[in-house]
Amino acid sequence: MSVKTLMINGQMVSASEDQTLLDVLRENGIELPTLCHLDGLTPIGACRLCLVELAGSNKLHPACMTRITEGMEVTTHSERLVKYRRMILELLFAERNHFCSICVINGQCDLQQMGYDVGMDHVRFEYQCPAVEVDASHERFIMDHNRCVLCTRCVRVCHEMEGAHTRDVMGRGGSSRIITDLNQLWGKSGSCTGCGKCVQVCPTGALFEKGRSAAEVVKQRDFLVYIKTAREKHLWIQ
Amino acid sequence: MDSIMGTETPGNANHRARPRIATLWLGGCAGCHMSFLDMDERLMDLAPRISLVYGPLVDRKEFPDQVDVVLVEGAVANEDNLHHLQEARKKSRLLVAFGDCAVTGNVTSMRNTQSSAGVVMDRSFVENASLHPGVPRSGGILPRLLDRVIPVHQAVPVDLFLPGCPPSADLIFYLISELLEGRSPDLSDKLKYG
Ligand code: SF4
Ligand code: SF4
Ligand code: SF4
Ligand code: FES
Repeated sequence: MSVKTLMINGQMVSASEDQTLLDVLRENGIELPTLCHLDGLTPIGACRLCLVELAGSNKLHPACMTRITEGMEVTTHSERLVKYRRMILELLFAERNHFCSICVINGQCDLQQMGYDVGMDHVRFEYQCPAVEVDASHERFIMDHNRCVLCTRCVRVCHEMEGAHTRDVMGRGGSSRIITDLNQLWGKSGSCTGCGKCVQVCPTGALFEKGRSAAEVVKQRDFLVYIKTAREKHLWIQ
Repeated sequence: MDSIMGTETPGNANHRARPRIATLWLGGCAGCHMSFLDMDERLMDLAPRISLVYGPLVDRKEFPDQVDVVLVEGAVANEDNLHHLQEARKKSRLLVAFGDCAVTGNVTSMRNTQSSAGVVMDRSFVENASLHPGVPRSGGILPRLLDRVIPVHQAVPVDLFLPGCPPSADLIFYLISELLEGRSPDLSDKLKYG
C-alpha cells in the first residue's frame, strides 16, 4: 500500500492511500462532527457535517467521501466551515420535531452531542413543525419520524449487513421519508427479519426498542465493524 | 455585553445600587423557576447582591422600569405572553431566554403540528370534552392563543440563551454570578438540551 503525504491545517501528515480523509483526520486527533458516517457502512456524504476545504478547489468536500491524494492541502476549521456546520445542525433541528426533554434517547443522542460540539445554543431558522407519523406497528421496535434526520444509516445497514433491504427513502426534500418495504407499516413488512440492526445504528431517537425508558436507551454500534471485518477476512468460512 | 453591575445611586457616588433582576413566566411549566429555587443556600449568597424586582415570586403587578437582567421562562404561546415579553424587553437591559421552552419552543410548541389555534381549541374544548363541549368565548378571560407557538428570540432580540429542561441550578447560578462579576457567561462547553 503506498503512502501519501498531505498537509492538514498546515501540518504535514502521512497516510496510506486507501484511507478516506475522515479516517486520516481522526487518526490525527482532528474531530469533525459526523452523522451519516458510521464505521462499517458505505459512506454517502448525506449530512454534510464533515465538510472541509481543499486547496485549489472552491467547493467544499465531505471528508468521509474524499480519497486522499499526494500533496492534498486540507483545512478543517476555517471560519466559513465552522459557520456552515452550525447552520447545518440548526437546519436539522428545525426540519422535524426535536423535543429533547421528552425524547427516548435524551442524553445518549448523537445529534444532541453534535449540537453541543458546535456550540449551538439556539436555532436561528424557523421551526418547520411538520405533522409526521410514529410507526409503532412492529412487535419490538418503533420508528418515530419526528426525530429522523434522514442520514440513511438504517437503510444502509439493512441492505449491506442484514441483506434484507426492508428500508428505503421515499419522496424529495422536506417530504422525504424513510419507508419500510413499499411504504407499508413496519409490522406488516414481509422482508424485515427483526434483527434490530437499524435500531442500533440510528443516531437519534427515531428508531428505538419498545418498553425502554429514556435512561435505558443505549445503542450498540461496535457490532458493525466486527461483522464487516469477519466478512472481509472470511472468518466464518473454514 | 454590558456589565449589569447596578447604576450609580443618586446622591452617593460611591455606592452602587444592586443589579435589578426580574423573571418572567410565559408558556412554560414553571420548572425553570423551580430550578431557580433549587439554587438552595446559594440564594442566600445572591440575596444581598441583587434586587429581585419582578416575577412570580414577587408581589408586583407591572413589570418595572430599568431592569438589569430579565430571565424569561417559556415560549410565546398567546397574546398575553407576547405583550409581557415586549414590555420586558423594552424595560430590561439584558434578556435571557431561560430554559428549553424559551429557547426552542419545546413541549409548549408541540401543538404547532396542528394548523391553527382554532384547531387546537376545538381539539381541547370540543372533541375531547365529555361535559359541556364548547370553546370558552367570554372576552378578556382567556388570552387568545397565537396560531403558532414561537421561541422567545423569534419575538424579541435575546442577549443570552440558557437551554435545558430545566437548566440546572448550577448553570443558573453560574450565569447570574458571571453577570454579577461583569463578565459575559460562556455557556459553549456547558450546553445541555432537555
Ligand atoms: S433525537 Fe436527539 S436531538 Fe432529537 S429530540 Fe431526541 S434527544 Fe433531542
Ligand atoms: S430490523 Fe433488521 S431487517 Fe428489519 S428493517 Fe431493521 S435492519 Fe432491516
Ligand atoms: S431512522 Fe435513524 S438511521 Fe434511519 S435515516 Fe432516520 S435518523 Fe437516520
Ligand atoms: S459524515 Fe460526511 S457527509 Fe455525513
